[in-house]
Amino acid sequence: MHFADGTVPEDYLTYIRHKHLWILGGLCALFVLFILSISVGAVGIPAYDVFLTLVNGLIDRIDGVLHLGIPHVSDTVSHKWDAIVWNIRLPQALAAVVAGVGLSVAGVAMQSILRNPLGSPFTLGISNAGAFGAAVSVILLGTGTMQSTIAGAVTINNPYVTTLLAFFFCLLATAVILLISKVRGASPEVMVLAGVALSSLFTAGTMFLQYFADDSQLAAVVFWTFGDVGRATWETVGLMAVIVAAATLFFAVNRWNYNAIDAGDETAKGLGVNVESVRNIGMVVAALVSAVIVSFLGVIGFVGLVCPHMVRRIIGDDQRFLIPGSCVMGAVLLLAADTVARLIVAPYVLPVAVLTAFMGAPVFIYLLLRGYRS
Amino acid sequence: MILEVDDVAFTYRSAPVIREVTFALRPHETLAILGPNGVGKTTLLKCMNAILKPRCGSILVEGTDMLRADRMEIARKVGYVSQKCEAGRLTAFDAILLGRRPHIGWNVSEKDLKIVEAAIRRLRLEDLSLRYIDEMSGGELQKVNIARALVQEPRLLLLDEPTSSLDLRNQLDILGIVRQVVADHDVSAVMTMHDLNLALRYADRFIFLRDGIIHAAGGIEVVTPETIEAVYGVPVTVERYNGFSLVIPLAGHEA
Repeated sequence: MHFADGTVPEDYLTYIRHKHLWILGGLCALFVLFILSISVGAVGIPAYDVFLTLVNGLIDRIDGVLHLGIPHVSDTVSHKWDAIVWNIRLPQALAAVVAGVGLSVAGVAMQSILRNPLGSPFTLGISNAGAFGAAVSVILLGTGTMQSTIAGAVTINNPYVTTLLAFFFCLLATAVILLISKVRGASPEVMVLAGVALSSLFTAGTMFLQYFADDSQLAAVVFWTFGDVGRATWETVGLMAVIVAAATLFFAVNRWNYNAIDAGDETAKGLGVNVESVRNIGMVVAALVSAVIVSFLGVIGFVGLVCPHMVRRIIGDDQRFLIPGSCVMGAVLLLAADTVARLIVAPYVLPVAVLTAFMGAPVFIYLLLRGYRS
Repeated sequence: MILEVDDVAFTYRSAPVIREVTFALRPHETLAILGPNGVGKTTLLKCMNAILKPRCGSILVEGTDMLRADRMEIARKVGYVSQKCEAGRLTAFDAILLGRRPHIGWNVSEKDLKIVEAAIRRLRLEDLSLRYIDEMSGGELQKVNIARALVQEPRLLLLDEPTSSLDLRNQLDILGIVRQVVADHDVSAVMTMHDLNLALRYADRFIFLRDGIIHAAGGIEVVTPETIEAVYGVPVTVERYNGFSLVIPLAGHEA
């Protein structure tokens, strides 16, 4: 078959450029928000100083490795902000960006893989499994205690054990679903229903443990489930960033496969997609990303479910744009939520999970009511 | 030969659905697979591009064994238009571009865009190319689905009841397009169909399935009242009118 006589239609290229512009606009918004997020807090730092502190700090760190003697961009800003910016606020802002990207991109993939608009990184019971792991750690292994700090009423005195156990149970939930889909075929229905069953099972397990817990353990478990990007350290941000970047790349490579699956399983097979393996591997990657984020930061709902839908309403279902668009949207929403969370009841700091839904739901309802952009 | 099907059998949970199916198709031929509901027409169609794996037999498309080839290799030779196709928030152009997937590397090339544009012109979809497919009518969507299969640049087109939910105008449009494509390009088409009159009008080879085996196969000469009554259990007459063959059921079939 030969269609050699075609021309590249100009109006289509314009249409594609518009989508790129949306994503670029989102990136600019993210940059502004990022600086803003670092500048506000208990101590206010002027936005321009934040920018200079970041650039100078970056130059110092690069120069520390390469020894090129690169000068600072401006010496008008002193080193007085270095500690706050580099040690406290930057890791937190980066954690919000990384977690936002990870949850959102995993949500896009799950919605496609499960052929279900309610698909999210947590559809497979990941968050409940993580919470159960934390409950096991705090209540059975006694790793939680009460401590009064300004950041939160409770801290967990052995976060590594808690994180590892949460991660272990997240992966266990994923393995069980993989096993079920191996026996019953990797159909979206089987996966969703297995996820619902596992969610209930782990919730029941957590409730059972909580029933026998004392006050301080109970508080620690509940505290753990409030997702909070303030828990991130440079090490955890680094680890999350590597995994989220790898997963995002993986999903981007598979964008045509997900587009094909969106058109129906049989059509996808006719287009050369190994639907079952794309589905299984995609699920494992999405679960891994969510498990890492949940284990380090706690449960942050809503971002993975709703950010992809916000982007769908703005730039459509084409995965070529949906995936990068959702990454930007997830980062913007979580960073915005975290910034507000640090301001709204200052000097107290709310966990970001409380605010993601508060801020995201009204926007989402507005987009639902408005319908698609024509 | 473009398609050679030899002694194919398909079993669903140990119950045989089709068996001993053997036929071949030359370039520029359009085959209609006919038979009552549940006889295995769609099953046979899906075996041809290995969406379903036959229990035995062989299926060759231009000499390539469909049961050994990987999915991508199959997709470059066989285009498939499913009976049920989901319509997401995608423009017609992007939905058709998806048909280039078996050929696309990391990114879409200019050649891909040109092929899609040519297919859009071929199916007279120019005015719809930037419309979203979730806002399209059944007929428009079916044209998009066929265009998607065409830009795969296949040698064999498989269409599962391509006109089942379309109005008269669109039925004629769609089948006219298929016939034209088969006439102009080096391809063959296989369609499962319910409407005998449309089949007679647009296909030149016919297979009647009955109880999972081929009851009759061949050119227009096999479409006889006897065959149709044996396959569907309905007495009919086949008449000529203005150069068309027409199947007319004789009385309502009061069973």
